[in-house]
Amino acid sequence: MLKMTHLSKVYRTEVVETYALRDFNIDVKEGEFVAVTGPSGSGKTTFLTIAGLLETFTGGQYHLDGIEVSQLDDNARSKIRNEKIGFIFQAFNLIPDLNVFDNVEVPLRYRGMKAPERKERIMGALERVGLASRAKHYPAELSGGQQQRVAIARALAGSPRLLLADEPTGNLDTQMARGVMELLEEIHREGATIVMVTHDPELAARAQRNVHIIDGQVVDLAEDPRFHAHVVEARQGQGRS
Amino acid sequence: MVMLDYYFRLGLRSLRRNPMLTALMVMAIGFGVAASMTTYSVFRAVSGNPIPDKSARLFTPQIDGWGPQQNLQNNEPGEALGYIDAMALMTAHKARRQTVLYKVQLSVIPGGNRDLPLNANGYAVTSDFFTMFEVPFRYGGGWSTRDDDARASGIVISDVLNQKLFGGADSVGRTLDLGGHDYQIVGVTSHWNPRPRFYDLFSTNGFGKEPDIYMVFNRAMDLEMRPGGRNSCRGSLSYTTWQEYLQSNCVWITPWVELDSPAEVAGYRRFLTNYAAEQQHAGRFNWAPNVRLRDVMQWMDYEQVVPPESRISLAVALGFFLICLVNTIGLLLAKFMRRAGEIGVRRALGATRGEIYTQYLIEAGTVGLAGGLLGLLFTAIGVAGVGVLFRPEIAKLAKLDPSLVALTFAVAIVATVLAAFYPAWRAARVQPAWQLKSS
Repeated sequence: MLKMTHLSKVYRTEVVETYALRDFNIDVKEGEFVAVTGPSGSGKTTFLTIAGLLETFTGGQYHLDGIEVSQLDDNARSKIRNEKIGFIFQAFNLIPDLNVFDNVEVPLRYRGMKAPERKERIMGALERVGLASRAKHYPAELSGGQQQRVAIARALAGSPRLLLADEPTGNLDTQMARGVMELLEEIHREGATIVMVTHDPELAARAQRNVHIIDGQVVDLAEDPRFHAHVVEARQGQGRS
Repeated sequence: MVMLDYYFRLGLRSLRRNPMLTALMVMAIGFGVAASMTTYSVFRAVSGNPIPDKSARLFTPQIDGWGPQQNLQNNEPGEALGYIDAMALMTAHKARRQTVLYKVQLSVIPGGNRDLPLNANGYAVTSDFFTMFEVPFRYGGGWSTRDDDARASGIVISDVLNQKLFGGADSVGRTLDLGGHDYQIVGVTSHWNPRPRFYDLFSTNGFGKEPDIYMVFNRAMDLEMRPGGRNSCRGSLSYTTWQEYLQSNCVWITPWVELDSPAEVAGYRRFLTNYAAEQQHAGRFNWAPNVRLRDVMQWMDYEQVVPPESRISLAVALGFFLICLVNTIGLLLAKFMRRAGEIGVRRALGATRGEIYTQYLIEAGTVGLAGGLLGLLFTAIGVAGVGVLFRPEIAKLAKLDPSLVALTFAVAIVATVLAAFYPAWRAARVQPAWQLKSS
């Protein structure tokens, strides 16, 4: 479903080159639920934005659902984003002056779907996340958990092949986070491929597979001394708090 | 089309967002477009083509009867003809249609001594006048060339005069006493007062009241009717009798010819030059042929019908509008870039750059539409108060008609959409990844 081979992403300024991803390799199979973890600045979000075709990469190859995407133009990338990928963001990223129905409708509009089908899909997705009764509410009238559910409904409405979630519970309290996580697990059980970036080891543990990124590279957790240092540091931090 | 409707509704919704910013933009466009449209309404009235379907086929000839020492600036011949030259052109009859005219003033003596005499302004013209200038008739029509030759007492009166004298009834065939002479009414015009009055820019500034009467030119000659308008002479004025006046160098008759093709125009120009050359050989002119043949628009341009204050105020208003638009560009940029996060989300959900660009251009169009509405209100106020800037006879020409309403909206929308090109381009270039990372 998602395969990156020797992929690199370099941010260049006049004086410095910064590698956000370096010789990055990952292979996510169809139907997998993969958690991507790593310390801040390790390149997790850069990986996710490249995976979601929101950003181009500097070198290497990226195949998404069998398509090599490096040479695609903006229109083709937008079409793939619209039809194959669903995004769930930490900050929900709902459009504040659109109500719940209209927010979920956005990707379907860009797909050029007819109104009756749009309505059917929107209401189906909202029922799926338990918010059909809130279709006319505005984001500001919903709790954080409900807003994230709307965002999930928006991601699901287009029946994407791949769900990309960036810290989906990062802005939620424990109870709401649990609810959102259960929803993602349910969606996965129904066959969706999910790649979730998270800081939270508890959430990561609920995924089928964990991929750890350090300094822009996927590392083998068992062998990499940087991971051990990171874990020790994290434990010491927890001990202090 | 479905997406355009979607973007339009998003645009309307966005008007409510950042109401202060929206209000500033709408006011900038409203004021700018109103200033432009108000001054344009005057400019349009004074500079419009008064006879669009024929203006390129109607020409007024000029022949230099004064010589380089006494001519107008840049050796331009007089703006009208004297009797000798006017009659020479008519007799030669080198155009398909031709007329000569001059302004007359008469007193209308109402029948039965019931009322006091009325002043009537009008023109002595020849029969082709009515067909050449497409004069519309309510009753009857003009007269024939035979009537010209017969120096007939037929007369055409205006609808306004017909209303005053006959209560608007069909007065064709009735007799009218003008200055002690009887005239037979042969036609009553519908309202006809082209503005500018292109056919007589010699005696008028182009914006006078509708003429009351049109009489047979030769009849006016027989009655030795002096021009009721301008009369321009050179040297010492030695004439005392009517015949001496006709032979003098005074110019007071405006000639018009209708020429249908460039070949006819070239032919007529040659004829004018040859005529002037003959006059030189005959010793009447002591200078080389100096003739002009201008069509309606060229003639209006030469006569500077458009008052300078109209051009200046329009230029100032357009400059003001430009400043308003530059401000609008800045405000639109601020409005659009405040929504970089939303743009990032839309891009992530599948919007192409082109779709973002279109969405924001249409959103700008809705701002333009609101600006147009406000501009229309201000234009109506401006048109009502335009007398502050212009002479009354000019100011009253400014009207808020359907075409000006449509133009106000079109200018507001098009100008705002043009102003939005750069802000919308910037919006479309928003990097979605940066926006989503930063949020």
